[in-house]
Amino acid sequence: MKHDLIERNLGILLVLTMFAISAGGLVEVIPLFFIKETVEKVDGVRPYSPLELRGRDIYVREGCYLCHSQMIRPFRDEALRYGHYSLAAESKYDHPFQWGSKRTGPDLARVGGKYSNEWHTQHLTAPRSLVPQSVMPNYPWLVKTPLDYSDIQLRMKALRKTGVPYSLTQAEYDRNVKDFGPDVAKSLHIPDAEKNLIAQAQLGNYDGNPANISEMDALVSYLQMLGTLVDFKKYDDDYFVKFR
Amino acid sequence: MATANVTNNEQYNYEVIRKFTIMTLVWGAIGMFVGLYIASELAFPVLNFDIPYITFGRLRPVHTGAVIFGFGGSALFATSYYVVQRTCQARLFSDGMANFTFWGWQTVIVCAALGDVLGYSQGREYAEMEWPIDILIEIVWVVYLTVFVGTLMRRKQPHIYVANWFYLAFILATALLHTFNNLAVPISLFSMKSYSLFSGAQDAMIQWWYGHNAVGFFLTAAFLGMMYYFVPKQAGRPVYSYRLSVLHFWAIIFLYMWAGAHHLHWTAIPDWTSTLAATFSIMLLLPSWGGMVNGIMTLSGAWDKLRTDPIMRFLIVALSFYGMSTFEGPMMSLKDVNALSHYTDWTIGHVHSGALGWVAMITFGSLYHLIPKLWNTKVFSLRLINIHFWLATIGILLYITAMWISGIMQGLMWRAFDDYGNLQYAFIESVAAAHNLYIMRAVGGLFFLSGMILMGYNMFMTIRSGNVEQTPN
Repeated sequence: MKHDLIERNLGILLVLTMFAISAGGLVEVIPLFFIKETVEKVDGVRPYSPLELRGRDIYVREGCYLCHSQMIRPFRDEALRYGHYSLAAESKYDHPFQWGSKRTGPDLARVGGKYSNEWHTQHLTAPRSLVPQSVMPNYPWLVKTPLDYSDIQLRMKALRKTGVPYSLTQAEYDRNVKDFGPDVAKSLHIPDAEKNLIAQAQLGNYDGNPANISEMDALVSYLQMLGTLVDFKKYDDDYFVKFR
Repeated sequence: MATANVTNNEQYNYEVIRKFTIMTLVWGAIGMFVGLYIASELAFPVLNFDIPYITFGRLRPVHTGAVIFGFGGSALFATSYYVVQRTCQARLFSDGMANFTFWGWQTVIVCAALGDVLGYSQGREYAEMEWPIDILIEIVWVVYLTVFVGTLMRRKQPHIYVANWFYLAFILATALLHTFNNLAVPISLFSMKSYSLFSGAQDAMIQWWYGHNAVGFFLTAAFLGMMYYFVPKQAGRPVYSYRLSVLHFWAIIFLYMWAGAHHLHWTAIPDWTSTLAATFSIMLLLPSWGGMVNGIMTLSGAWDKLRTDPIMRFLIVALSFYGMSTFEGPMMSLKDVNALSHYTDWTIGHVHSGALGWVAMITFGSLYHLIPKLWNTKVFSLRLINIHFWLATIGILLYITAMWISGIMQGLMWRAFDDYGNLQYAFIESVAAAHNLYIMRAVGGLFFLSGMILMGYNMFMTIRSGNVEQTPN
């Protein structure tokens, strides 16, 4: 009996087991980093501004992904309910991805621009005041807690190390101007992060209180840009199919 | 006999097993209580009490962490240390290192729970723990591997028993998955915050390669190892088929790793990965049922034990739930079924038929067998074990039935069109429709938790009557 050999030799058992458990990941995961079609070529997708980034951090902190997906599937009902199906490109700067696996609440991939800032602030503070049957927790502390943005540059620098094109040098800044245009390039410049964050919060006044920058400002700024970056009118319906 | 006992006492390290066994019961009760609480929050959102630390989003990882890594993990440490020593007839490789895995692992679970409630999260399901905790896990795991392999090397038997193959594959696979899924860049050495090294589609693939195989290895292969020791022991009969165990071992550990992308059907990953994953998921049905058949048939010729022995009943019902959820899983991995089931409560029901029905039930059965042996005594009350069995079984049935109904209902409501081609329901209508089913689910959880607490009491009384000075064979 051949298998007897494996059962008597710990070394062989170890090596064969490692082979068996490594194969799947090698074949399915590694190619995704090299096959170009995995992520579509599409205009408009950009990294998050400093304020949106802090908003996204709060989204992750509160575990929103446990009840809300950010991944619209290519079905007729989802197209009607949520909009165009999600593209891989739309989350290419998402570290980590937040596609989710459960819809206790609705998908948020294209929630940006659907409701007003006032609605979001009220809804996050007390969801049942707007949607009586909602089971979402109240988040009253978001509007009361000042946003801590002291480490915003550290956060952007860490993301820069993972490959997000936040700029530190003039050369990187110029490259961003070329890739994203001057307005976006400014918001991606790490040395100006605090300045940009404050400016966006004051201009947007997301939580309705211009006096301070709250966690609500950051979170709503993030929600309001979700799914708004790609202009689908510019593309043929067939264009994205070839990437699937 | 007396002299034999003395040598046995020196032969095996039971001390660390006793500690892990007790913590299995403690984390089981805590983790299931948190599960019941968050289930109640979904039925009655007022229970969030506007306190950040106990909102659903923060407590859910506490629940999954405490039951998977606290309850399941401690049970696996305990039983693997027991099984490897008994089947190799050798003492653990190093008492100090084994003890380190105990304290290290408990620290991991406590820190993970604290991190979750305080809002430190990597935003990855079942891997919410931030980078300092991940590093501690890595260290504990390497020491665990060393203790396990070291003990295997000391074996007095030429053959390595089948249960140990499964434990070994689980330890290796968990190391691999944990390492790659947690690659992240901390924002500074003094901050708990980090960002995943990968993004978007690639990040999703790695997370679900991890997530699915946390189920495949942590919650399946390892517990099959448990099954391969405790079912034959409790039945007093040898494993049904040696050949089947060889076949399904290699098939399971090879096939599982391909199936993760079925969590990402219809998403923005390439179609070929998702098709490949579905194909392998279907193939997984065969070896999974191979394991179930091998376990259940081990009882052939001793079927009367099902009537007389409540411990045996736990083990066999666990295998039945294993068979059921490993049929349901491949079915849900079909793209057409998944289109309906994904994002709904059906997934939650599926997970719990595996987690409660298979993982928890096989653990209960094994611990009821193990604890009297570890403390050299008899079970305090067989009647309480029997009551526990029924509480657990009724609890699971309530839970999964509620989730099947609400899940399929949500899937159908979301895709329903009216006569004019408009969506028939607003999303919130599907939330409202699930309310009563969420209550039913919480009641099921209450049953299951009551059984767990009863077990705690029964085992506390058992241990109190025990005697650790003399550990017989």
